[in-house]
Amino acid sequence: MRQTSLRLRAGIVSLSILLVFGLAWHIGVSGSGPAQQMDPEYAKLMGQTAVQGKSAMPGPLDVLAKIWSHLKEPFYDRGPNDKGIGIQLAYSIGRVLLGYGLAMLVALPLGFLIGMSPLMARALDPFIQIMKPVSPLAWMPLALYTIKDSSISSIFVIFICSLWPMLINTAFGVSSVRKEWLNVARTLEVGPIRRAFTVILPAAAPTIVTGMRISIGIAWLVIVAAEMLVGGTGIGYFVWNEWNNLSITNVITSILVIGLVGMILDQALARVARAVSFPE
Amino acid sequence: MAIFRNPFDHRFRLSSKGCSCGQHGSEAEHAAATADGLAASSDEALRLRRSVENAVMRALFPVDEQRRNFLKVVGASTAYAAINTLFPIAAATDVLAQGAPLEKKDLKVGFIPITCATPIIMAAPMGFYSKQGLNVEVIKTAGWAVIRDKTLNKEYDAAHMLSPMPLAISMGVGSNAIPYTMPAVENINGQAITLAMKHKDKRDPKSWKGFKFAVPFDYSMHNYLLRYYLAEAGLDPDTDVQIRSVPPPEMVANLRADNIDGFLAPDPVNQRAVFDGVGFIHMLSKEIWDGHPCCAFAASKEFVTTYPNTYSALLKAIIEATAFATKTENRKQIAEAIAPPNYLNQPVTVIEQVLTGTYADGLGQIKRDAKRIDFDPFPWESFAVWILTQMKRWGQIKGDVDYAGVAKQVFLATDATRLMKEAGLTPPTTTTKTFSVMGKVFDPAKPEEYIASFPIKRT
Repeated sequence: MRQTSLRLRAGIVSLSILLVFGLAWHIGVSGSGPAQQMDPEYAKLMGQTAVQGKSAMPGPLDVLAKIWSHLKEPFYDRGPNDKGIGIQLAYSIGRVLLGYGLAMLVALPLGFLIGMSPLMARALDPFIQIMKPVSPLAWMPLALYTIKDSSISSIFVIFICSLWPMLINTAFGVSSVRKEWLNVARTLEVGPIRRAFTVILPAAAPTIVTGMRISIGIAWLVIVAAEMLVGGTGIGYFVWNEWNNLSITNVITSILVIGLVGMILDQALARVARAVSFPE
Repeated sequence: MAIFRNPFDHRFRLSSKGCSCGQHGSEAEHAAATADGLAASSDEALRLRRSVENAVMRALFPVDEQRRNFLKVVGASTAYAAINTLFPIAAATDVLAQGAPLEKKDLKVGFIPITCATPIIMAAPMGFYSKQGLNVEVIKTAGWAVIRDKTLNKEYDAAHMLSPMPLAISMGVGSNAIPYTMPAVENINGQAITLAMKHKDKRDPKSWKGFKFAVPFDYSMHNYLLRYYLAEAGLDPDTDVQIRSVPPPEMVANLRADNIDGFLAPDPVNQRAVFDGVGFIHMLSKEIWDGHPCCAFAASKEFVTTYPNTYSALLKAIIEATAFATKTENRKQIAEAIAPPNYLNQPVTVIEQVLTGTYADGLGQIKRDAKRIDFDPFPWESFAVWILTQMKRWGQIKGDVDYAGVAKQVFLATDATRLMKEAGLTPPTTTTKTFSVMGKVFDPAKPEEYIASFPIKRT
């Protein structure tokens, strides 16, 4: 009973915050400045902001209308530079999943190796420490130059940025499996492969999934920036293209969409995390 | 020019002596005398069809007398209809009209969303590429460095570049040295200096000390023209002001945010700043140098030599599009074709003001200048020499420069001449010319003296 009422009250507070914010936004942008005295022929050549002193910032209603127009037709394709928001999102998600999947293939086995062997942990540590703080976008020019393909380059950038959190968390999770459990396994004469899969993997899984969750968040952050840089397709390109047109309405729309997709990706991994967690 | 003769004409004279009607001493005299002499006809389509028909008729009736008798008996039009059912003359003519077979039909051409790229962009929606049998995708690109890298990567077969870029790439300035070519200039004029509204009383460049300016790229006409203009006013562009390179789409946002005081930028950026009430047009680049080149159509030397026919067809499409864009009466139609989100993604009225030259200046006046932007494909080698002198003047290149040699290698004037003739334009007969920038005459034969004559320089 108490639980549901808390949830209800939180919902009401959230909603009122949204309403207050929306209202403040609406009032903030609707105040039009003094209308300029202009020759009508000249005014025809000028934009709304210059003529009516209308704020360059769109109101919440404009944004809602824009979102609706995108939702009505998310998959249109009018040439290589003008595709629906659904198609752009599909490109971005595809790139993220591809780069992320490749990173997983590399990070999990390598993390296991580092976690299980103190020698490898020490030997690889300096490389990881230097590479980890590098902004993934700093790899872009190098990737473009060596890979010679902008689409693969952005997948590579996703790969490199999702690699480190997964690698480090896997190594940490594997190395901090409780000694008693390993000793029990040794007493029962469990082979190394079986030990890795039946003892270490379940024990380290919550830490590994946490690393994966951090990674997907970073990957989604980075793809938008990478696509803005390289262009062509994807939600990042969409933002850039609308910025180019100074269409703040579309930019806000895509901010909301990017946030929504990021949340869905994060929640998906949160479910995985709940599935692999165990009480001690 | 016997192959252009009507093969269905049974009166055509077969012997090589005299002419076909027997009244003239030679075939040439006959052609000159008869008004319907097809050799003199400029109608290329008709000429092509005639040569196909000729080949077909001669193949079907190799003996002259037989062919003649056949035509006499059935008549020319019946003969044509009969032959046409056996052999698709129209289809064969189409094949011939496309010239040599294209090595590659699906091409990608990169562009930056600015009006300088008008011929490259409009050629897609208005069918200039498909007329040459090419299937060209024009791809919008985020900035000059990206377009350069994507072209060097061969993701793009050819691209819209700033005219100094192929020179810089060929010489290895700012990138690896890769032989590059610039077969056509896109546009002349069409840039402007725009200042933030707060500077509307500072119209004298001498008062611009400490300003922050934006130009699209280091290797751009914009950079060289702005530097030239400032230096003429006595300001040192390296120490008295700050010049940054900012991609054109970000310029208006930066001007609004007060990050910069002004820019020398391609359109529609200038007009967009006016449209949004952020800035005003101080002067058109035309007032600095009337007829200056700006953007270019560029391709790697490798593309030109590996796919000569494709290259030729592509260049022909661009030159024909340029010829179409030159006519002022077509400008409104072009503005509507290139304004949608797939291309420039700007309000049509902004593009229209740029292309028609009837524009709001941002200070309440309507100005008219039909030559605000113009299109002229001819890559004058002297343009290249001028650009090289400015690169050297501002320290981008050092040491001895083979001005004429580099200009000749990169600016492919001969191809442009040939294709301009085919497109119905009149190409100039020379490849160099003298011109003046802000009243100072430039002689392409004396580049070093030209650099030495400036008081502000980095050499």
